[in-house]
Amino acid sequence: MVTLSDFLVLSAILFTTSALGIFINRKNVIILLMCVELMLLAVNMNFVAFSYFLGDLHGQIFVFFVLTVAAAESAIGLAIIVLLMRNRGSINVQDIHELNG
Amino acid sequence: MLTEKILFYVFAAILIFASSMVVTVRHSVRAALFLILAFFTTAGLWLMLEAEFLAIVLVLVYVGAVMVLFLFVVMSVDLDQGRLREGFGRHMPLGLIVAGVVIAEMVAILTIDGLAVTAPDQPAWVGSNVEAIGMLLYGEYIYPVEIASVILLIGIIAAISMTLRGRRQSRYISIADQLAANKKDRLRVVNMPSETPEVEPDKDDSDPGEQS
Repeated sequence: MVTLSDFLVLSAILFTTSALGIFINRKNVIILLMCVELMLLAVNMNFVAFSYFLGDLHGQIFVFFVLTVAAAESAIGLAIIVLLMRNRGSINVQDIHELNG
Repeated sequence: MLTEKILFYVFAAILIFASSMVVTVRHSVRAALFLILAFFTTAGLWLMLEAEFLAIVLVLVYVGAVMVLFLFVVMSVDLDQGRLREGFGRHMPLGLIVAGVVIAEMVAILTIDGLAVTAPDQPAWVGSNVEAIGMLLYGEYIYPVEIASVILLIGIIAAISMTLRGRRQSRYISIADQLAANKKDRLRVVNMPSETPEVEPDKDDSDPGEQS
């Protein structure tokens, strides 16, 4: 039988992998956005697993809202990337330092 | 039950493989494609958890919309892969160590006996999953649904207003210039001698409609 802790371990591994991705891909904004999406996916998997194994549908509602906000976030993030590319010609995080004091 | 376990482990292996390829692969386009694979596999896992509505939404919204947007942006921007990969190998050992420790800690905590809950005999809702979620969304959660729609509207407006360049030769009117204008800038009164035009009446100008 697949138990709750199997799903929790799987989503923990997924979350840690994407955190590692943010660690090692520190220059590429697009990969950083993808890693954030993977992190949200891991969290959503936790919600769905708890919702199924504890017999509570409210967890799936929460996943629905997380998906909504994540879609809006990725749309705005990609718009920012297009702006960066248009104005600076690069999406390297190192080149974004206009706000340095 | 054994089939379910085998399916779970196959899906989990594919998911972990896809996510590790997303973070390590060299080209961003391939990373986006592996991310699509990860989303599909997750949809399969959610189907195993009897969350049919969310699995379909994940495929439709994420693979169908968000990942297409990602691929569109990745392919339209010109990436300098060499500079973007700087520091990749340098941060790799420390990152792997930290990730290993975090995974070990989480596994140690998450595999205690209290969390080894097995699946309930029947799902928590009666009838279809979509119907149950719809009843909750449009009943108890109607105000959060409204707020979510406002968030999506804000996303639309923000993305469009940030990337809209506007027409270069657009004929817009500066309101400040318009308000600052007064009569003597625009209007010039010229004195001219009055003249009477010489009228030449046409002889054979007869309208057929007026003939009686």
